Amino acid sequence: MSRPLLIKGGRVIDPATRGDATADVLIRDGRIEAVGSGLFDPDARVLDATGAIVAPGFIDMHVHLREPGIEHAETIETGARAAAAGGFTTICSMPNTMPVNDSATVTSYIVQRAREVAAVNVFPIGAITKGSLGEELAAIASMREAGIVAISDDGRPVMNARVMRRAMELARVLDIPVIDHCEDLNLSAGGDMHEGIQSVRLGLRGIPSASEDVMVARDLLLAELTGARYHVAHLSTARSIAMVAFARAKGIRVTCEVTPHHFALTDAEIEAYDSNYKMKPPLRCRPDADAVIQGIVDGTVDAIATDHAPHAGDEKMQEFERCPFGITGLETAVGLALDVLVHTGRITVNRMVELFTTGPANVLGLNRGTLYPGAPADVTVFDLAAEWTYDVQQSCSKSRNSPFSGRRFRGGPLATVVGGEIVWKRE
Amino acid sequence: MNKGLLDIESLNRAEIEAILARARHFQPAENETYRRFETLRGKMIVNLFFEASTRTRVSFEIAARRLGAETISIAAQGSSVSKGESLVDTLNTLVAMRPNAIVMRHAASGAPHFLARHLAIPIVNAGDGTHEHPTQALLDALTILDRRKSLEHLRVAIIGDIAHSRVARSNVHLLSRFGADIVLCGPPSLLPRELAQLAPGVRLAYDLPEAIRDADVIMMLRVQLERQHEAPMAAGEYFRFYGLRLEHLELAKPEVIVMHPGPINRGRELSSEVADSQRSVILNQVENGVAVRMAVLERTLT
Repeated sequence: MSRPLLIKGGRVIDPATRGDATADVLIRDGRIEAVGSGLFDPDARVLDATGAIVAPGFIDMHVHLREPGIEHAETIETGARAAAAGGFTTICSMPNTMPVNDSATVTSYIVQRAREVAAVNVFPIGAITKGSLGEELAAIASMREAGIVAISDDGRPVMNARVMRRAMELARVLDIPVIDHCEDLNLSAGGDMHEGIQSVRLGLRGIPSASEDVMVARDLLLAELTGARYHVAHLSTARSIAMVAFARAKGIRVTCEVTPHHFALTDAEIEAYDSNYKMKPPLRCRPDADAVIQGIVDGTVDAIATDHAPHAGDEKMQEFERCPFGITGLETAVGLALDVLVHTGRITVNRMVELFTTGPANVLGLNRGTLYPGAPADVTVFDLAAEWTYDVQQSCSKSRNSPFSGRRFRGGPLATVVGGEIVWKRE
Repeated sequence: MNKGLLDIESLNRAEIEAILARARHFQPAENETYRRFETLRGKMIVNLFFEASTRTRVSFEIAARRLGAETISIAAQGSSVSKGESLVDTLNTLVAMRPNAIVMRHAASGAPHFLARHLAIPIVNAGDGTHEHPTQALLDALTILDRRKSLEHLRVAIIGDIAHSRVARSNVHLLSRFGADIVLCGPPSLLPRELAQLAPGVRLAYDLPEAIRDADVIMMLRVQLERQHEAPMAAGEYFRFYGLRLEHLELAKPEVIVMHPGPINRGRELSSEVADSQRSVILNQVENGVAVRMAVLERTLT
């Protein structure tokens, strides 16, 4: 067993216990042993956190690791390293790999590979349908045994409501959430960016907000019908956030996540034809972004998730309409949340920690996201003040497709502790 | 520094006026051909057309040669592009041969803007997807100015597939700079409501007679079947509701002119009688294309 670790003198914020005080955190054998003042252990290595915030390890429940099959864009190893550098101790990998994670074999491969090479915890998400083709249910129960924590056909939404219903019925019994990338593929077909004045101006085909909203509406009705736990991935519109709040008030088991880019950017800020601004859902208009931020403020939003979607450079070096959708996000998420949400006074830093910890942990039913004694020793240390500039060329990810390179941040991750080991520390 | 021409939207009024003044200087006298200049002697211009085009390509070629430049025209459908080479690689290959400028047409909106960010060579946009076609708007303005003192306070109706039209976007930006009153008209799926915010002075009409009432200029657009992904109206309804016929012209100002960027589809967007009428200036537009492109190439390379 490795030596104990003592994180000294930080402001310890634990949303699970509503704790917020200066304290030390003592870690032994991969577990939190104690949180309190004046802790001491003669054998312990010491991580000085004076002036910093010590929080439960951050969880990003929406990441694309591209392994197996698309390793030129990312691997479990590089994606996990980028996660650690972004302050995340746990990530969930979406199933749109090659092959798709639609069987226990692929799930086991990811779990095994992560154990060997990943700096952070990796929990796979399984496909809803075979090959994510939307027709036939995947081997959901077997994947559950092999370690998936949710199901989703992210990126290739299930258009057939009957198939979605069957998936929800099964997921309810297996006690895992159904995560939907909400997009009516007929309404969005051919679209490259949010439908509005900017798409009209640039001569690009639009993806209307309604393409998301009609699917959220459908899914909420199916969640009510089946009693499943339903989670909206990367929610981006005003109507969808309103529907989620309405459904929750009705007792429907619904949760949702928002990405940093959807609260930090709008379609008006897209650098013309720069594919680092191209993702799904697309950057929406100001009223949509404002509504999403309001949902974060009022508690409708459960989690911040990055939808980290690496693509190799040559794939993004093309005509805008030919480029694939998606941007990387693991390394900039905390900086953006501080910048747009905390420093502006919209939410407290405590609420931000919740969105990165207990929020996603509760959605997925993970026994993580707290510093309670006995919990896995995953800790994120970050600060609110130190200025830094993101340089995508220095990224731990294999890919470089971020619109935030060169952006100045105030505050961000300082150290990432996974299972009691320091896996990343700011230079 | 890239001195090409990517779009009208980023030009101010003075820049547009300067190009038009220079184009007027190049216009030949009646019954004469274009004069030959030596301004661009020794320059090499590559015309790179990723989409089929006859008039625009020939017009650019003639303009370049009238200025003394040499040109090479490449129909890129039949080149390395079809072998899977990326756009950036194709351009880098051409640039390595040290031409002075590239005139480019491409089916993807923003393709020249994307390239201009990565290459130092001047790029002149000869039409990008459904975004802009700057030299078309300039030659349209020159054609109007052949018949009107100024563009100010003109009533211009642009009719047809506005959503997919790079000609419409460039014309809206240009005419708006001069305070024109612009009515865009077409069936709803080809006339998204956001177009009203494209530039000051724009309004939308879904009814053809309403759009052309008191118009000084009627611009008809080609129905771009290749860019439409679904029919905007039932077959046969389009010409009935949005095709320009002789009787419509009575609603406009008596001296109204009818324009079309070509190629025209007789009986689809306008009747043969209109195309061949005294009010049609379609061939004048083609003629002015050379003068305008001479002005643009001169501006780009001197």
